[in-house]
Amino acid sequence: MFEILGITSQALFGQLLIGLINGAFYAMLSLGLAVIFGMLNIINFTHGALYMIGAFVAWMLLNYLGIGYWWALVLSPIATGTLGVLIERFMLSRLRDLDHLYGLLLTFGLALIFEGLFRQKFGSSGLPYRPPAELTGGTNLGFMFLPNYRAWVISFSLVVCLGTWYAIEHTRLGSYLRAATENPALVQAFGINVSRMITLTYGFGVGLAALAGVLAAPIYQVNPLMGSNIIIVVFAVVVIGGMGSILGSIITGFALGVAEGLTKVFYPEASSTVIFVIMAIVLLIRPTGLFGRST
Amino acid sequence: MVDSAMLKVSGLQAWYGESHILHGVDIDVRQGEVVTLLGRNGAGKTTTIKSIMGMVAERKGSITFNGQETINWPSNKIARAGIAICPEERGIFSSLNVEENLLLPPTVQPGGLSVEEIFTLFPNLKERITSQGTKLSGGEQQMLAIGRILRTGARLLLLDEPTEGLAPVIIQQISRTISRLKEAGFTILLVEQNFRFAATVADRYYVMEGGKVIDEIDNAHLDQHVGKLNEYLGV
Repeated sequence: MFEILGITSQALFGQLLIGLINGAFYAMLSLGLAVIFGMLNIINFTHGALYMIGAFVAWMLLNYLGIGYWWALVLSPIATGTLGVLIERFMLSRLRDLDHLYGLLLTFGLALIFEGLFRQKFGSSGLPYRPPAELTGGTNLGFMFLPNYRAWVISFSLVVCLGTWYAIEHTRLGSYLRAATENPALVQAFGINVSRMITLTYGFGVGLAALAGVLAAPIYQVNPLMGSNIIIVVFAVVVIGGMGSILGSIITGFALGVAEGLTKVFYPEASSTVIFVIMAIVLLIRPTGLFGRST
Repeated sequence: MVDSAMLKVSGLQAWYGESHILHGVDIDVRQGEVVTLLGRNGAGKTTTIKSIMGMVAERKGSITFNGQETINWPSNKIARAGIAICPEERGIFSSLNVEENLLLPPTVQPGGLSVEEIFTLFPNLKERITSQGTKLSGGEQQMLAIGRILRTGARLLLLDEPTEGLAPVIIQQISRTISRLKEAGFTILLVEQNFRFAATVADRYYVMEGGKVIDEIDNAHLDQHVGKLNEYLGV
């Protein structure tokens, strides 16, 4: 054990771990937001509510159907992603040619409706969701104790984020998506059904939010307000990373989680505002974000 | 003669919002022909080929391709039927490199050129394969825009002002390429303002003005009509 500026290594690495965990959720959620904004030009305020629904679907699968965590990791993103497909197909697609503001207002309204419905049904207090038996316990690293479930969340979310980045930047499907962002009419005229691609992309972004919700359920409990608590920070991450930048969202998500964690160690009073201070500075110096492209 | 038309456009009208752009366009293109739409700026040439491609939302009249009515088809279905467009200003994607731009349009029919054949036609593209699409010179971007639709297997190519803003040496290369495509059996509908270029490749010309076809000239009788053409084009 050692000390830095009077802080023990246990406290330092403990907060660093919490920062990485939060960063993993910021990264996965902001990645979904970035995919949806970059490809569809929709500022998706429903994203936090869909993250919450993802966690609730996992909870319901366990408590109503006896289906555990590992299946929930697959089924919840599919179910919530399907809800996303329906939202895009029957609501957002009608706003496609209008100003961003209309999509923002619609998704904000939907978020309030979803939260209200779940609060009505399940109340405001958190519902417990146990981590799977395989991931209970932890490992003593000498300088800190690392819970297995938290190590799993960090590594799994990193794999999902990098996998998504690779798929968008280095595959044929990804090149369709990037091209459709620039000139959807021409991509359609090459024989690609852009409308269907937009719907499925939205469903995929929503699925990522739901996946983050399932991962979060054993750590934060399942709560109708869990989405609204995190979504503003996630939007700040997207703005800092650069609206629509996939790699920017991933790197910024993890980095800001760590920055927040370290601020909790050295100056706890600023921990809840540090991300927004960074956002203000980035917007002043580089309005397109750290990884955004100027237009 | 009309019955054998690969593409037949009859009474085509098109609108952009409130603006009525095409007022009844009639053209036909037979298999293996190179047909050029000539006319001044704003005559409706680009709107005509965008309408054929399904890229203008509001259109009326009749467009048949290989006997099938396509006027109400979405553009992706028209592309799958075997028509490909090389748009005005090329439509190169800045977020894609040359290879990704080249491979972007899906194969819609067998018989398209292989990537190696496209590199034989346009050797510059091979050297710039990893460059960002919009970092290429204007001529190279035009080669990329034409090259990528040759892969798809489409047999009717709509080329919108392929020589616009290009140096004479590049225009000659584009001219040679169109001639080779014609020899290979492609059918081409070309939009041009550069009559001297069009004269090197076209079989027939339609002259457009005010959203309508006002004249049709066969290449065999071109010499007799040069004065009239110059008048139409304001040369």
